[in-house]
Amino acid sequence: MEQLNAWFTRLLADNEIFTAQTIGYYAHGLANTAQLVLLSLLIGLMLAVPLAIGRSSSRPWVKWPIFLYTYVFRGTPLLIQLYIIYYGVVFVDGIQDTWLWLILEKPFYPALIAFTLNTAAYTTEIFRGAIKATPKGEIEAARAYGMSQAKMLRRIVLPSAFRRALPAYGNEVIFMLHASAIASVVTIMDLTGAARFVYARFYAPFDAFLFVAAIYLCLTFGILYLFRYLEKRLLAHLKPQT
Amino acid sequence: MIDLQGYGPRLLQGAWVTIELGLLSLLLSIILGLLTATAKMSRSWIAHRLGTLYTTLIRGVPDLVLMMLLFFGGQIGVNMITDWLYYQFDIDIFININEFVAGVVTIGLIFGAYMGETFRGAFLAVDSGQIEAARAYGMSESLMFRRVRFPQMMRHALPGLSNNWMVLLKTTALVSVIGLTDMVRVAEEATKATHEPFTFLIPVAVIYLLIASVSEWGFARLQKRYNVGFGES
Repeated sequence: MEQLNAWFTRLLADNEIFTAQTIGYYAHGLANTAQLVLLSLLIGLMLAVPLAIGRSSSRPWVKWPIFLYTYVFRGTPLLIQLYIIYYGVVFVDGIQDTWLWLILEKPFYPALIAFTLNTAAYTTEIFRGAIKATPKGEIEAARAYGMSQAKMLRRIVLPSAFRRALPAYGNEVIFMLHASAIASVVTIMDLTGAARFVYARFYAPFDAFLFVAAIYLCLTFGILYLFRYLEKRLLAHLKPQT
Repeated sequence: MIDLQGYGPRLLQGAWVTIELGLLSLLLSIILGLLTATAKMSRSWIAHRLGTLYTTLIRGVPDLVLMMLLFFGGQIGVNMITDWLYYQFDIDIFININEFVAGVVTIGLIFGAYMGETFRGAFLAVDSGQIEAARAYGMSESLMFRRVRFPQMMRHALPGLSNNWMVLLKTTALVSVIGLTDMVRVAEEATKATHEPFTFLIPVAVIYLLIASVSEWGFARLQKRYNVGFGES
């Protein structure tokens, strides 16, 4: 650790912007971005699975409300959704007196709610497409085995739907990472927030934003390779036979 | 009817800014996309590499970060160039970057990368027999592009193009963060002034949905037009 510190000090000796302190801001921002993105993706995923099943249902009173939800959240900018939840929470009278205020006081939670609802809407549509693409023969075979609807979903439809959804879901994860940059607008110190702080403090847009762009680029490639690996593992049976 | 507390006209002006910004950057991104697709498909090694570098870099970095880089860095960069011109050649010019132009250029530049990928796939999907036939007729490259490649490419590109447009439309909301007065900015200011978030933000969301619905209808019509001669698909 000390060696690392010494190495850093030497490396950064010649510039005024990237001191150990500003690097610390970026590291803090990275932690915030990672928390926000991972939590919203996780909760969004858990919401999206039942919603996607409901969206594929043939009952109109199940199908249409979910369609309305995904249509609204996919059709409006995330920034608007964030503002509605953030300002909606702050300016609603009386909320400051309830226990909810303890949670909603920090901008992190309104942002988390907005991101979660947004990614859940996109993921629902991705899964719906994957469920719809289930080969008819598989469903007929499951029925012929006398499987109940729930069992068929659990054993036949969902496992193969998850696999088919994998490439599109990888795109959604990258999209969410990039979309999380707007968290900085509601004063959250995420990666972009750290870059904005450094820019404002040193008036050095190139240093501040190019550095953060490089971090985002690395994260994007990391996610890309992770999903490529997963696809290779989980979609091996779909590869053309040679 | 909702009471917009006098913000109605400004909200409409903001909506107009959003639409203008969206359409102009769409135009720029289509031009850049066509150039990128051509570069990526060209036999020249440098053009291919440059095209790939452009699409990879742009698509790996958040829109907002790129926007801030170009917005805040743009003026400093331009000043550096004009300063250099002044010291070297005694040319005294001052260029002030207009916010609207910067917004169009940034969004156009970002979506040019996405359009490039869309167009490349679409160009490759055009039947090579068509191009051979055009060559056999003795068409020049530009005539062939205008009469054969472009119209047939559009049939394959339209679904991706409409998708990109929907994302672009939503990305225009980000310009409010860096100081352009689009409808999101007006709604945010009104919210802060009146402490009534839903009165302003929900109408803005509805306008976005409306624009999206209208463009969906428009793209469906275009698709029909470019599908002429291919039956229903």
